[in-house]
Amino acid sequence: MDNTNSLYEGRLVRLGPLDHEKDPPVVARWTHDPLLRSVQGGVARPLSSEAVRRQLERVEKQMEETKNLFHFTMRARDDNRLVGLARIFWIDFHNGTGVLNLGVGDASDRRRGYGSDALNLLLRFAFDELNLHRLSVWPGADNLPFIHMVEKVGFEEEARRREASFHDGSYWDVLHLGLLRSKWEKKL
Amino acid sequence: MSSSLFEGQLVRLSSDDPQVMAEAFARWNQNSEYFRLLDSDPAHLWSANKFKEWLEKDLDSALPNNLAFSIQTVDNDKLIGFVAFDGINWTDRDSYVAIGIGEPDFWGKGFGSDAMRLMLRYGFSELNLHRVSLNVYAYNLRGIRSYEKCGFKHEGVIREFVLRDGQRSDMLQMGILRSEWDKLDQK
Repeated sequence: MDNTNSLYEGRLVRLGPLDHEKDPPVVARWTHDPLLRSVQGGVARPLSSEAVRRQLERVEKQMEETKNLFHFTMRARDDNRLVGLARIFWIDFHNGTGVLNLGVGDASDRRRGYGSDALNLLLRFAFDELNLHRLSVWPGADNLPFIHMVEKVGFEEEARRREASFHDGSYWDVLHLGLLRSKWEKKL
Repeated sequence: MSSSLFEGQLVRLSSDDPQVMAEAFARWNQNSEYFRLLDSDPAHLWSANKFKEWLEKDLDSALPNNLAFSIQTVDNDKLIGFVAFDGINWTDRDSYVAIGIGEPDFWGKGFGSDAMRLMLRYGFSELNLHRVSLNVYAYNLRGIRSYEKCGFKHEGVIREFVLRDGQRSDMLQMGILRSEWDKLDQK
């Protein structure tokens, strides 16, 4: 065991707690981008700062009460600004399973490695701290950047829920990709 | 289209008061084989009172994301199980379905399949769903066969998802589209 190796410090980003003062206006701005609907829970919807503030308070309350949700902010290491949100949810400690999701908010911050860097931290958190046996992600089949990102760290397609998502006038498949602990350990 | 949405060959879908359902759930869950086929949570022996409390909460929601029915035999109106859309996604028009035949005497005789067909018809023709999804553990062979008979297609295998008796089992993902159901319903 190496306690000096931080669970939260990546190369580009740092995982941190919510800041209920400063984060809501930033997240509220992101809700105006429909591309982030999957992070919002399925339906795109512009939200006010106050609505986001209450939503984030509920998230933290849920973390406290259910113990099956870990929610993180992703902050750029160089200037500490909020670049995205991440969570490991639906955690079932009894079977050792959980689901992961993350999103980078501003379009100008995407494709710069923040997501991949955070993903590696989250995997280590899921397997080394939560001691999970496997992790799932549920991207829409049209979300190619996310799918490529998770495949690079070893996630494999396990199921394809045909036409399970409807947006922009069409039905889209939803994928279920999984990463087993054994595979993650080999990659280290 | 059939005259009664809720009446099949062997069973009909009905609704019982929370007190009746709660007592049935508390009784059925004492059969651990039943529970392990149904759920990946640790087997739990909740009281009838607890079930009643949960069921009563559902009574108060206006546009529900969950819709549960009791399964009664056509023959003598015996309560043998439940079937539920748990987690209806109204914007994607997708729902998961869960079914449990709590009375083991009625296993493997077509009662569950009959109830599932009624539920699919209800989902597609009344709720206007586009697809219905379900998860089933790989060791639930009777369940898998029943879902295949009802028209569900295999959509994938979630590896090593449940841990029981020291062994990891897969969970299967299955789904049926409205277009697939329409073809079956016309036969």
